[in-house]
Amino acid sequence: MSEAEEFPDFEEPEVLTLPLDGWHRARGGRMVEFAGYHMPVQYAAEGGGIIAEHLWTRSHAGLFDVSHMGQLYISGEAAASALERVLPIDLATLKPNAPRYSLLLDEHGGVLDDLMVTRWSTGFYLVVNGATKWDDIAHLREHLPDEVTINHLEDSALLALQGPAAFAALEPLVTGDVPLNALTFMTGGSFMLGGAEVWISRSGYTGEDGFELALPAEHAEAIAALLCTNPAVKPIGLGARDSLRLEAGLPLYGHDLTPQTSPIEAGLNFAINKRRRTEGGFMGAARILRELAAGTQRKWVGLTLDGRQAAREGAEVFAENEQVGTVTSGGFSPSLERPIATAYVSAAHSAPGTLLEIEVRGKRLSAAVTALPFVPHRYHR
Amino acid sequence: MPLYYTQDHEWIDTNGAVGTVGITDYAQSQLGDITFVELPEAGSAVKKGDAPCVVDSVKAASDVYSPVSGTVTDINAALEGEPELVNTQPESGGWLFRLTLADAGELAGLMDRAAYDEFVAGL
Repeated sequence: MSEAEEFPDFEEPEVLTLPLDGWHRARGGRMVEFAGYHMPVQYAAEGGGIIAEHLWTRSHAGLFDVSHMGQLYISGEAAASALERVLPIDLATLKPNAPRYSLLLDEHGGVLDDLMVTRWSTGFYLVVNGATKWDDIAHLREHLPDEVTINHLEDSALLALQGPAAFAALEPLVTGDVPLNALTFMTGGSFMLGGAEVWISRSGYTGEDGFELALPAEHAEAIAALLCTNPAVKPIGLGARDSLRLEAGLPLYGHDLTPQTSPIEAGLNFAINKRRRTEGGFMGAARILRELAAGTQRKWVGLTLDGRQAAREGAEVFAENEQVGTVTSGGFSPSLERPIATAYVSAAHSAPGTLLEIEVRGKRLSAAVTALPFVPHRYHR
Repeated sequence: MPLYYTQDHEWIDTNGAVGTVGITDYAQSQLGDITFVELPEAGSAVKKGDAPCVVDSVKAASDVYSPVSGTVTDINAALEGEPELVNTQPESGGWLFRLTLADAGELAGLMDRAAYDEFVAGL
């Protein structure tokens, strides 16, 4: 007897499709369910596969469809002060069109999501994680006053063009008030691309130079195809997106960051903006300010493993016979050709160079604490 | 030699009382780039359905189940340096281990190529 027969009222939530669904399938994308959507994990075509796609992005340019992410527009007279109550950000220092990393914290200082905040002319543009967007909207709606409007920009697709060839591929295709080369890392602007108005920021999740493009969903397929007419640009799946961000030492929400972790444990102190460290006044501030002053008992670190066997999320980390931590992300690094991982470990064992062991399937693998990122960032500053 | 397939996408190529085990082309295509193979020790005894072998891909570690019971006689040492052989030659040079069959009758529950192809087509 199946579950559906046993519970006739129970229905599996429907897996949704994104604007580029057909485009991915036509290009050999192997679709998996991710954050409630069908998403390509890798492509079957020549040059496809996670390792090849990963290395292509590091050497050329990769096009990522991240339309599952939530794009929100928050406006209203009191929007800035209201947002400062739920984010540890200083919006007074946030210049227009310059995205800044921030965190949605719960009242205990645990991480509900990590996100990007950009000041647009009349409000704030937020990009949040796909798997958390509905909870984020509910949380914001609960904690922002009624005068503040939250628009979920569901008609907007989101692409990322990442890699050393990204600028040369995008530059000839766009026109704007400023040339594309006016953008440095973590700045953005409006441009025309493929007949559509597109918000472009020089940012991403790979550690490479590159751009993120918010565009009208009805133009997504034409713009993706236009970008891929350049032989340096190939579509890249979620698999390589994960291995690229891990090499770049960038945390993944739901794994490296959760409501059970604090941003100070994760080393995201930069996301607690200076004024907020003294003034507080944001959700979770009591714990955050205490941890900023006194430190934390555990820290999020990188680990480089000996051999070729990878350690995965949940693997226990040991110093001799004492468990001192747990792996939160792990896999094979295509660039370094060896396994890497991230873990929360006790502060006493968190210094780079510390030798630890990770238990994988009953065996102990040797690992060394490694400063993040594993692979140097190559942002255009 | 007679080839048999499992619903977990292993194959076993039998030659008398000796079987060579690997994963199918379909399995390797689903796993993606294989970066490490953990092999059993020669001389170890395995039961049908045990997982004496693990293949690591970039994304995940996956158990390989033994299609039959027996004693491991040989492992594919080439995989230590070239785990990608499981991707490039899954049903030949990328074999995993050999074993002597404890009970050839266990083969009767496995699929032949035609049945396996039909099984995969229905997935």
